[in-house]
Amino acid sequence: MRNPGFFKIQARGGESAFWRVASPFLAVGLTAIFTGLIFALMGRPPAHTVWVFLASPLLAKGGLAALVVKAAPLIMMGVGLSLAYRANVWNIGTEGQFTLGAICGGGVALALPDAGAWVFLLMALCGILGGMAGGGLVALLRVKFNANEILTSLMLSYVFQYLLIYLVTGPWRDPQGFGFPQTALFSDAAGAPKLGASGNVHLGVLLAPLLAVALWIGLEKSYLGFQFRVLGQSPRAARFAGFSEASLVWIAMLISGGLAGLAGLFEVAGPVGQLTTNISPGYGFAAIIVAFLGRLNPLGAVAAGLLLALSFLGGDAAQIQLGLPRAVTGIFQGILLFTLLACDVLLAHRIVWRWRLA
Amino acid sequence: MLLKLIDITKRYPGCVANDNVSLEIESGEIHALLGENGAGKSTLVKIIYGVVRPDEGEILWQGAQVTIGSPRVAQRLGIGMVFQHFSLFEALTVEENIALGLADAAAREGLREKIIRVSAQYGLALDPGRVVHDLSVGERQRIEIVRCLLTEPKLLIMDEPTSVLTPQEATQLFHTLRRLAAEGCAILYISHKLEEVRALCGAATIMRLGRVVGQCRPAEKTVKQLAEMMINAELKAPARGVAGPGNGPPRLTLAALNLPSQTPFGTDLKDISVSVAGGEILGIAGVAGNGQSELMEALCGEVLAPRDAIAIDGAAAGRLRPQARRTLGAGFVPEERNGHGAVPGMSLSENALLAAYRRPGLVRRGMVNAARVGEFARDIIARFDVRTTGPHAAARALSGGNLQKFLIGREVLQSPGVLVINQPTWGVDAGAAAFIHAALIGLARAGAAVVVISQDLDEIFVLADRIAVIAGGRLSPPVAAGAATVESIGLLMGGTGVAAHA
Repeated sequence: MRNPGFFKIQARGGESAFWRVASPFLAVGLTAIFTGLIFALMGRPPAHTVWVFLASPLLAKGGLAALVVKAAPLIMMGVGLSLAYRANVWNIGTEGQFTLGAICGGGVALALPDAGAWVFLLMALCGILGGMAGGGLVALLRVKFNANEILTSLMLSYVFQYLLIYLVTGPWRDPQGFGFPQTALFSDAAGAPKLGASGNVHLGVLLAPLLAVALWIGLEKSYLGFQFRVLGQSPRAARFAGFSEASLVWIAMLISGGLAGLAGLFEVAGPVGQLTTNISPGYGFAAIIVAFLGRLNPLGAVAAGLLLALSFLGGDAAQIQLGLPRAVTGIFQGILLFTLLACDVLLAHRIVWRWRLA
Repeated sequence: MLLKLIDITKRYPGCVANDNVSLEIESGEIHALLGENGAGKSTLVKIIYGVVRPDEGEILWQGAQVTIGSPRVAQRLGIGMVFQHFSLFEALTVEENIALGLADAAAREGLREKIIRVSAQYGLALDPGRVVHDLSVGERQRIEIVRCLLTEPKLLIMDEPTSVLTPQEATQLFHTLRRLAAEGCAILYISHKLEEVRALCGAATIMRLGRVVGQCRPAEKTVKQLAEMMINAELKAPARGVAGPGNGPPRLTLAALNLPSQTPFGTDLKDISVSVAGGEILGIAGVAGNGQSELMEALCGEVLAPRDAIAIDGAAAGRLRPQARRTLGAGFVPEERNGHGAVPGMSLSENALLAAYRRPGLVRRGMVNAARVGEFARDIIARFDVRTTGPHAAARALSGGNLQKFLIGREVLQSPGVLVINQPTWGVDAGAAAFIHAALIGLARAGAAVVVISQDLDEIFVLADRIAVIAGGRLSPPVAAGAATVESIGLLMGGTGVAAHA
């Protein structure tokens, strides 16, 4: 009675605590190997290329500052998604909610160019509300019409992206901008407050990990977080306990949308400084990987956000130093997600090698 | 010797499901496989039917060693199996369902005539043109049996066949099985209903904790002796105590509850009226799939009903959600433990909180008081004899009986005025079942109105002060337990008595 093959995959009968933590690390290691292989197939020296991709950005001058600035929006969105995904609410449209937050918050800056420093607070509020509106629309479609939130949130992302393009090429275009698709630069008062004298490190960098801690406490210690986790693990048990699925979907979409909107606002009020057609290099989609790599734990999302930020910086470095195409960032992120999903098989299963069976 | 199993061993992570099990079955014999849930009966028959492969051991079929790698191989050898849960397409006809189960095209020729011939030959009334969703559970079982018989099996495995039948349908099934045996077909009969095993089976193998612990001729033993072999302990019947007054004010009232089913092939609840007083246990008997789960959902508040159709302690509760009904003093234990009554991956503490948030002190200002919740869970574990490593153990790590004790403790310790429980001891070992029965009787005697929905007639007769029967979504008027007999209740379960009432 034997199967052919060298190993078989056997159920553990439970979840391994070790692999719950180790699986993301194994996935990162495998991703480095696979990207190295792809570089080798492209005729590049794999070890050096991986080095340029993953290590050189950190060693460059100001590298750490650049890393945390890139990580801030990823962490904010990854944290919100962790919460939503734990409740089985599959918001795939943070890219769109990010964009809508940037539009709403940026719109305030453009409308009030001479306002005082208080204008940033108003912008942040409008950014959050914009993201919530984007998320709330998805919740409405799910709750009222039972429309699948994976589809609606993803498709709405494109709607909001085109709304941004329309605004910056049409009504909001900078008259002194030589026809470029961009708005006027925001006033100094409308910029995200800087931390320290030098460089780009803004308030959002500090806020992101604080939000992660707050949401972690909310998810693990509050009664609302408990309801989220019950709904995610066992919808029938949630119904039995009398938790309202509709309200939980609303809350999850509003929180994850609002955080995406805030991330979008910080991005345009910080590093970008205006609205353009490409304010995001795909942060919203990368945030999905952040959430999963962080084990749907808001604290894990902080570490995962830093790694994904590194992949964006590494992509830039590989473009500039080695002349590799920009797509390497996407390839790295894609391989990371797939290897993580593959490694997660080890959570509930073990591999039994044949020679040990015999 | 038709089938001989020698030292079969099957290990799963964390348990040995079959430990050196040997078994012999002769042609024409009706052989019982007895044991509690978790004794390893299902694993053993899955091995015989090729669904599971053993880690060690030999299988001899008609004297030759065989490897049964799949059910297809088992069927070719001449082994047929009727599962406890049927695999039928509701929207297809009887004939189409049978055709789908046949491996080769040749067998489908003249299928209709074959079905009619076989069903007539063995007294299995079945119309090949009927659509499955119109059929009763008993009729569906006949489809599965006919499907097996068409392959002319030498060994037929029946897994708990009578758990879904009325007593009258069961009697009919026994005729069929005896007739098959007389023609030389061996039958491996899995059951924990000892009375019917004594009446039907010529030999019995008894399993406990994955091992064969005894063999006997069931007719030579009493039911009590068989039960004690199964559980390896002396059996004590629960003390009934003095029946409550039963004529106090009703604590739970259903008034003309009509509710269309939420699922395409579910059962609509039709005109259900009954009231349950404090101090009494109402038993609701019935064959599975006659509206029990729909009734449970309506009582819980998972599915809302018209406002005045349900009253808890006089308050109209039909439109209330589960939380609000619990605030009125109701408690509920659904049929499924993992995934419905409990979240399998969560700790016992968290599962205690799941249905006990109205207990003061557990949730304050939106934050969970983990210490208090843990205390409550420890209290349940101690007072309901839950065998576990502690409140941090995941619900899925508990055996069926222990988790059920925990879930019942969770409700009982909140002192509900009304408790509704569906299949209280389904898949629960005999020791835990006796404990649960005592707890339910104790709760009722302390003044609560208790509704027990169960397919197990023995359980209904042990617990209930009054008995009603649910059939086709209608509830018969309750009768006093002393005035009811297995025959009278069985007739109602078949739906005949209810039609007259309607």
